[in-house]
Amino acid sequence: MNADDNTIIRLFNVSKRYGSKLALSDVSLDIEQGEFIFVSGPSGAGKSTLLKVLYLAEKVSEGQILIDGMNLARISSGKLPFLRRRFGMIFQDFKLIPNRTVFENVALVLEAAGEKPGYIRKKVMHVLRTTGMGKKAKSLPLTLSGGEQQRVAVARAVVGEPSIILADEPTGSLDEKAAQTILDFLIGYHKKGATILVASHNLHLMESTIRGRNIALEDGKLKTTSTML
Amino acid sequence: MTRFMKKALADIRSNRFLNFITIITISLSILLVSVFMLFFENASRVIEAWNQGGRAMIYLEKEFSMDMLPTLKENITGLGEINEMVFISKSQAMSQLKKEMSGRTEFFKTLKTNPLPDAIEIQMKSHDSFEEVQAFARNIEALDLVENVEYGQGWLGKFLNIFKLFKMTGYAMCSLFLLIALFITANTVRLAFYSRRLEVEIMRLVGATEGFIKTPFYVEGLFQGFFGGVLGLAILLGGYLAISSGITDNFTGYVYIDMRFLSVKSILIVIFSSTFLGWFGCYLSLKQILK
Repeated sequence: MNADDNTIIRLFNVSKRYGSKLALSDVSLDIEQGEFIFVSGPSGAGKSTLLKVLYLAEKVSEGQILIDGMNLARISSGKLPFLRRRFGMIFQDFKLIPNRTVFENVALVLEAAGEKPGYIRKKVMHVLRTTGMGKKAKSLPLTLSGGEQQRVAVARAVVGEPSIILADEPTGSLDEKAAQTILDFLIGYHKKGATILVASHNLHLMESTIRGRNIALEDGKLKTTSTML
Repeated sequence: MTRFMKKALADIRSNRFLNFITIITISLSILLVSVFMLFFENASRVIEAWNQGGRAMIYLEKEFSMDMLPTLKENITGLGEINEMVFISKSQAMSQLKKEMSGRTEFFKTLKTNPLPDAIEIQMKSHDSFEEVQAFARNIEALDLVENVEYGQGWLGKFLNIFKLFKMTGYAMCSLFLLIALFITANTVRLAFYSRRLEVEIMRLVGATEGFIKTPFYVEGLFQGFFGGVLGLAILLGGYLAISSGITDNFTGYVYIDMRFLSVKSILIVIFSSTFLGWFGCYLSLKQILK
């Protein structure tokens, strides 16, 4: 990576095996800062695995990944949390803590980063209002609709102002209107300068909404990479 | 830290029953340990008090006459280890006995002669062990005109044997109960951890450090240990107040007993130990789960 290079994520011949199954096969890829990347492909293509190896939920079997010049293979377990704070994660199943309120779920990110309570209160309420969940701050996740839960998940992903947002099937279980709302949030956040990777099989919705780059995976291999206009 | 304490208290509230059982188990273990400590502290004080000025009665043979007293006193003094020596003649002893048994005058009317022997009461110097006291008493018994020496050897010897036995049993029982408490605490933390597995997973994903994840569990363990210790001591204090006066009354006839509750130092040791127990149970559990 040279000095003028704007690359924030770089994959060199990355492979990931689960037993004998090859989930990712020899994937090489550069992602520039501020890009909106759409990772497409059928179920089992390796979309989720690609995101998992990026935020180190899984280790690669072969190859190397650089995030902003840092080699993930050399990240110690003590430094891993600090690396993860650079990511905002959105999951298809939301991954909200059921016995914590909406406010507490979102605040967790800032608490983990050691922010002061006053700042946390202010920031979380601001983000919740932005995502339209301000009035539900005291609600428990299970009392919310799927669309509302995903909006909370988006709020949690962006509250720490991460430079990279990874979204794994963020609209997978939502109706079209709710899915569109989530994508609008992501687009809004992308306009603020964040790099966004969205893994989804809903190519139609993405194409109609997002201007970015499509990375198509099939059987763990990088099939095509194209720009969507 | 306030954040972690609030979190730990909230977790305790949400797992009330589990935490209640753990605190009760710790308190019972602490109660058992502190019962032994209470016994050891008071028994040690009794032994120490007795060693530092135990009294003995030297009963003299019938052949004794008052003109032999100076020589006898000299011989006894020559053995050393005596603080004080008082001669009690048989008539003084009878007067004392009559005074103590004033309600039974008919019994004394049946006596044709005074059956009580002349005696010398001595206060011994401090001894390190019961064996030394026994050896000293044997030396006195070996003197001419001495029939026997009474120094509470019966009950004291038994008491010391029981004390030793109790001490060994105490160590074994305390170790066993502390292990059980440790096991229960570790298990509670494990159950609490599994019930919050999703939460822990999410914490990791959002960049929480291991310290941030573990601290609430440790605080919870410390709370359990602390409150278990305080509860155990409170139960002990209740029991102590209920029965201490009865024990003191029964023993004061033999020896002066200053029956006391655990010293402040011991109370602090117990509370510190139980708090440590809570922490250590948590440590073992998390070490196993998060390895």
